[in-house]
Amino acid sequence: MSGAHDQRGEDGRPANPTRRRLLGAAGSLTVMFALGPAWPQQGGQSSQSAGQGGASESGVDGAAAGGDKSGKLPGSLDKEPWLDAWIRIDADNTITVFTGKAELGQGIKTALLQVAAEELQVMPGRLTLVTADTARTPDEGYTAGSHSMQDSGTALRYAAAQVRSVLLGLAAQRFTVDPASLKLDQGVIHTADGRRATYGELLVGHDLHLRADGKSAPRDPASHTIAGKNLARIDIPAKVSGGVAYVQDLRLPRMVHARVVRPPTPGAQLQGVDTAAVEKLPGVLKVVVDGRFLAVIADGEYRAIKASTALARAARWTTPATLPAAAARMGDAAALVRSLPSQDSTIYDGPGANAAVSKTLRAAYSRPFQLHGSIGPSCAVAQLVDGRYTIWTHSQGVYPLRDALAELLGAGKDAIHCIHTEGSGCYGHNAADDVAADAALLARAYPGRPVRVQWMREDEHAWEPFGSPMVTSVQASLDAGGRIVDWQYHVWSPPHNTRPGKAGNLLAATHLAKPFTPPPAKPAPQPEGAGDRNGIPYYILQGPVKSGHIVSHFQPDAPLRTSALRSLGAYGNVFSIESFMDELAHASSQDPVAFRLAHLHDPRALEVVRSAAQRFGWDGWRRPSGPGLQRGRGFAFARYKNLAAYCAMAVEVELARETGLVRIVRASVAVDCGEIVNPDGVRNQIEGGVIQSASWTLLEKVRFDDKQILSRDWAGYPILRFNQVPRTLDVHLIDRPGQPFLGTGEASQGPTAAAIANAVFDACGLRLRDLPLDRARMRDGH
Amino acid sequence: MTTFNLRVNGKPHAVDTDPETPLLYVLRDDLQMNGAKFGCGLGQCGACTVMLDDAAVMSCLVPVSVVGARAVRTVEGIGTADAPGLLQRAFIEEQAAQCGYCIAGMIMRATELLEHTAAPTDDQIRAHMMPNLCRCGTHMRILRAVRRAADTMHAGPGAKA
Repeated sequence: MSGAHDQRGEDGRPANPTRRRLLGAAGSLTVMFALGPAWPQQGGQSSQSAGQGGASESGVDGAAAGGDKSGKLPGSLDKEPWLDAWIRIDADNTITVFTGKAELGQGIKTALLQVAAEELQVMPGRLTLVTADTARTPDEGYTAGSHSMQDSGTALRYAAAQVRSVLLGLAAQRFTVDPASLKLDQGVIHTADGRRATYGELLVGHDLHLRADGKSAPRDPASHTIAGKNLARIDIPAKVSGGVAYVQDLRLPRMVHARVVRPPTPGAQLQGVDTAAVEKLPGVLKVVVDGRFLAVIADGEYRAIKASTALARAARWTTPATLPAAAARMGDAAALVRSLPSQDSTIYDGPGANAAVSKTLRAAYSRPFQLHGSIGPSCAVAQLVDGRYTIWTHSQGVYPLRDALAELLGAGKDAIHCIHTEGSGCYGHNAADDVAADAALLARAYPGRPVRVQWMREDEHAWEPFGSPMVTSVQASLDAGGRIVDWQYHVWSPPHNTRPGKAGNLLAATHLAKPFTPPPAKPAPQPEGAGDRNGIPYYILQGPVKSGHIVSHFQPDAPLRTSALRSLGAYGNVFSIESFMDELAHASSQDPVAFRLAHLHDPRALEVVRSAAQRFGWDGWRRPSGPGLQRGRGFAFARYKNLAAYCAMAVEVELARETGLVRIVRASVAVDCGEIVNPDGVRNQIEGGVIQSASWTLLEKVRFDDKQILSRDWAGYPILRFNQVPRTLDVHLIDRPGQPFLGTGEASQGPTAAAIANAVFDACGLRLRDLPLDRARMRDGH
Repeated sequence: MTTFNLRVNGKPHAVDTDPETPLLYVLRDDLQMNGAKFGCGLGQCGACTVMLDDAAVMSCLVPVSVVGARAVRTVEGIGTADAPGLLQRAFIEEQAAQCGYCIAGMIMRATELLEHTAAPTDDQIRAHMMPNLCRCGTHMRILRAVRRAADTMHAGPGAKA
């Protein structure tokens, strides 16, 4: 995805003019290359370190393995192979680390620093980290798909290991000693006899503009002192004390504030607007009307808000019905999905069942449109000076955003500088890119001064790209022994990825008088997939089930804009598959955990399933009872994307009979995400995933009628509050030192939904197959 | 435009603004403070929570004209990144943040609890934190952080200095 945004000069250097080598001794390159291979690998370790294992056979980004057979470099080094794009060491021994990934609240900055610090043998606090910035960092596409540790963590690990080798080589040369006799400590290399030189001193007259070779072995995980340990997140102190932590907090000199007035409905057409009165309001600097794109710029934030409400009142719209009336009447995303045309592709086609079929079950499941629902509405600041734009944005992909803005503004890519600045958590493609486009358009309308735009709550609820609805149908057969002998599955879903890259992906661009058309949405191929992500059960891919047929029905045109929401289709598919596994186990009187174990071969999958069950106390569990309350337990497992992190969980729920309210009493989760860099960071991600997915599963549904979005605030679209979160949430981590990073951010989304639904079934006998789980049905018991 | 004399975190401020301007924008834009956040403007999420005398309020709903002589306290008044206050330290120790956008509001909501209830039960903490939303799902850690701060406070000053 991000390869399309690769920009390089003819000499292979990054084309960004502002990213230059600091030191320029031309002759040094030859010396470096000549020295390189001569050094012994540190500590005699093999290249096993961060490399192998599940990577190649399971189809994980092959680059995770250092110098693998395909010739690909590890992680994002394959796209950006120059060491000085990742690590810079100045003469004063300042060490700067660069990543194209962005902090989204997932703690990636801290984890990446740990990786680099481990290899460079310095405390993380000595390092300066620069994140996603189109003038300064590598282009690593989007910070998405639980890919950051695989892509950037792996790249930094190998780049830093090679820099260490370079430094050791230079020191060995300077001191005329065997490099194996040298010790690195906090930016200084020491000889056995007490001589020393800093990294910066060693590099004077040399530079790190060297091609990565992926051959310098990372440190043996057994010797790690920084990676693999808990390290407090570097961003938290500012966030708890009112420091400047977010793009919302940027206050640039002479900055002005803007608000956009969106059409009242997706299909609304502007009949007219009288801007004269708005222009006279206090503090108003400019009113912008371009097609259906209406905005006001003012000298203060609240003045901009007041003026925007006046502008909204001054605008006259027609609001044709553009959403399918039948689906809208029922508020039924599933009906809408069923009505859409699709492009069908078979993603699994196994042999026919050859065992005797004893029992066949069928079921259909659905999920609705759901929100990313950031707590802080999206925000951006943009400034146009001398034909050049600077945009501070919490986009997940500054390079793709830059390309889209270039098209939108009719400017060259080199005239647009996008700087990632943290925002409120996004959980996928929310309105971050859209508000950046708003700010850029308004900066063009009001050149010179920085323009800050923040969306209002109702903008965020009604106009963010929604998580895509899905419908699935499944039919499976069991033999007399209760083994699955056939699996038929269909998934229908609108796009899960309409991210920028093109101007037409930006909301405002589609509202201009000369609108940009969204480019045709495309399905993502397996094995990662999108709507069909995790559409093939792991019980087929790495289990005994072979007979079956699985079809992905991609629906390119949805009447409401949809895009990537944390885990994409895995949420709906894992909900469906793991609910159905429960149905199959129940129909054949088998224990749900034992039933899963009987259908898995991968030892790592078996271990997370056993661990979660054991931590929960699955065997020997007794149903607690209380007046008016029903208790039940549920289990679920998935390997995210069938090639990333393994996650199994058991939950116990309590259902209040009078109200249908579900409380999660406790949850036990077991996770294997490969080598762990920051255990507490992984726990935080998994805990958050469980709670967020519980919220989706129990409460969340975008409501609409045939004209408009009806759920426009937290009252119309409630999310989980403190009364519904678990009493205890236990996350058990299975560390795999030396195995590839598998990512964690999305691993628990799917299993949580199914585990809760299965527990509700266990509690009250009601099988709920449509998300969110219907509280009225749970109350009524049918 | 009217001049309002506010007392924020113990310091006096004179602010010229429209009387209806919500306290949130006075704090953020006139006083250039970051702690209180805009989340919904509707009193539904708590990202803007600050203390007004001894009560936690949603500053997005409080016009500056009604503040009067009441003391405004924000997360900035509790401590700094280098010298965090009791609750801030507890949130750091529990790593109770993901994106962190809601956290300043959470800390101010918890401030109200700890000032009124010396030894809150876990159920009291949950009930008290209900008005505030977190989207990252950091709830378990937030509850632990408030518990930790309450326990530290209950153990007496200096117990965990």
